[in-house]
Amino acid sequence: MNIHIPTPLRAYTGGLETVSIPGATVSAVFQQLTVSYPDLKPHLFTPEGKLRSFVNVYLNDDDIRYLDSKEESVVKESDELTIIPSIAGGTNCCR
Amino acid sequence: MPTAIEEIVELPKLSNDEIARYSRHLILPEVGMEGQQKLKAAKVLCVGTGGLGAPLALYLAAAGVGTIGLVDFDTVDASNLQRQIIHSTATIGKLKVDSAEIMLKGLNPTVNVVKHNTMLTSANALEIFKDYDVIADGTDNFQTRYLVNDACVILGKPNAYGSIFRFEGQASVFGTEEGPCYRCLYPEPPPPGLVPSCAEGGVLGILPGLVGVIQATETIKLILGIGEPLIGRLLLVDALGMSFRTLKLRKNPECPVCGPNPTVTELIDYDQFCGIAPPSSVGPLEVARDKAVSDLPLVDGIPQISVQELKRKLDAKEDVFVLDVREPHEYQIVNLGAQLIPVGEVERRASELAQKELAGKKDAEIIVHCKSGARSQRASIALKQAGFTNVSNLTGGILAWAEKIDTSLPKY
Repeated sequence: MNIHIPTPLRAYTGGLETVSIPGATVSAVFQQLTVSYPDLKPHLFTPEGKLRSFVNVYLNDDDIRYLDSKEESVVKESDELTIIPSIAGGTNCCR
Repeated sequence: MPTAIEEIVELPKLSNDEIARYSRHLILPEVGMEGQQKLKAAKVLCVGTGGLGAPLALYLAAAGVGTIGLVDFDTVDASNLQRQIIHSTATIGKLKVDSAEIMLKGLNPTVNVVKHNTMLTSANALEIFKDYDVIADGTDNFQTRYLVNDACVILGKPNAYGSIFRFEGQASVFGTEEGPCYRCLYPEPPPPGLVPSCAEGGVLGILPGLVGVIQATETIKLILGIGEPLIGRLLLVDALGMSFRTLKLRKNPECPVCGPNPTVTELIDYDQFCGIAPPSSVGPLEVARDKAVSDLPLVDGIPQISVQELKRKLDAKEDVFVLDVREPHEYQIVNLGAQLIPVGEVERRASELAQKELAGKKDAEIIVHCKSGARSQRASIALKQAGFTNVSNLTGGILAWAEKIDTSLPKY
């Protein structure tokens, strides 16, 4: 299935905006994502392996936190995952 | 959708000049005379007069919003003008609130501009916010984002939110009674340094224009009570793909601020909450975590070396290895001829250095520099952890070099 990678994390996917990762559940896809792109791992997961609280993951248009099975939700090849990061930019920021 | 402005017994009348000025609004049934009077009665606070605040405040002034408050304590810099169109070449060096007032008054002399030339803090936010109907958050750091959110929820003021990074933007309306707040979306801030910083980012100049105008649109809809504001929705803007998506946001039933059992009922220490040192010289609306490290002999075990000292060493042909940890496109703008390894690759390529350029010389003197000294400090720590024993950070980076040693170099 396709995963949309937000700009701040594209540095860790070789600049790719969308990556295609197989898997049966959201967590399986994410597991495989961090195998394919190991540099992403610390940005998405805590050292204990939990999804970081400032990273929001949407399955199609829904926040996985509010799905019945949460990250164990079953996914189809045609579904899309979107990672929504915290971004804070607004005014001059380049130091 | 009810209007955001407080019920006023009698809306202010429009003068004939105002009727002429706003005729394209007045002939729109959704605005009309009453809507234009609501705009005139409205008070909107723009937090930040930077990339987002610039188009936001300009369009609000043009639309006839009666009172526009501006919070900023920064001054206008030439590098702002690539996107901050409320300032101009003539106002470089002036306070941003003064510069913005000139442009707003020039556009619409009837607008009442209230200048808050101050750092927004937990101590003053509620006092500043209380007089406004809508707050528009155009800041650039997580501390202020959470501060603005919590103050809006506590006071029951809607927050027209916008945020940008490189080519990507977000917008929403937080803090309404029925909708979620910023903390429902992001319960906790990212730890400092984990999210790639703006120093490695940059931003496409038109992007804040796009997102700031969306904030202005939402603000005006809130004032007029028309349309479907982005309450409970997050708009994602991708300027490169030119795609717009909205995602559903839920009100978090366990939200510590806007949930039914709030644990945050007054403003807290947001620097501490975000795990960062309080902003100081770089200003309240700047990214404090990226500020250049201070001029101390030793910071986190890394000696800090001045540009004058580096110059002396190079002139004396001392055996120093200078490492530039900026990005390749920055190197193209200006460089000192040093070896380039971007900060994000330093950890991985430290072993390469140890095998090639610095083979067998773990004690070689390495001087690391970046643009202004923040990234090179991180890189220095990484090199030290990789076993190099004599690593110094160049204070002030290549900007200081261009300022004090070779003034023919450009500063960016």
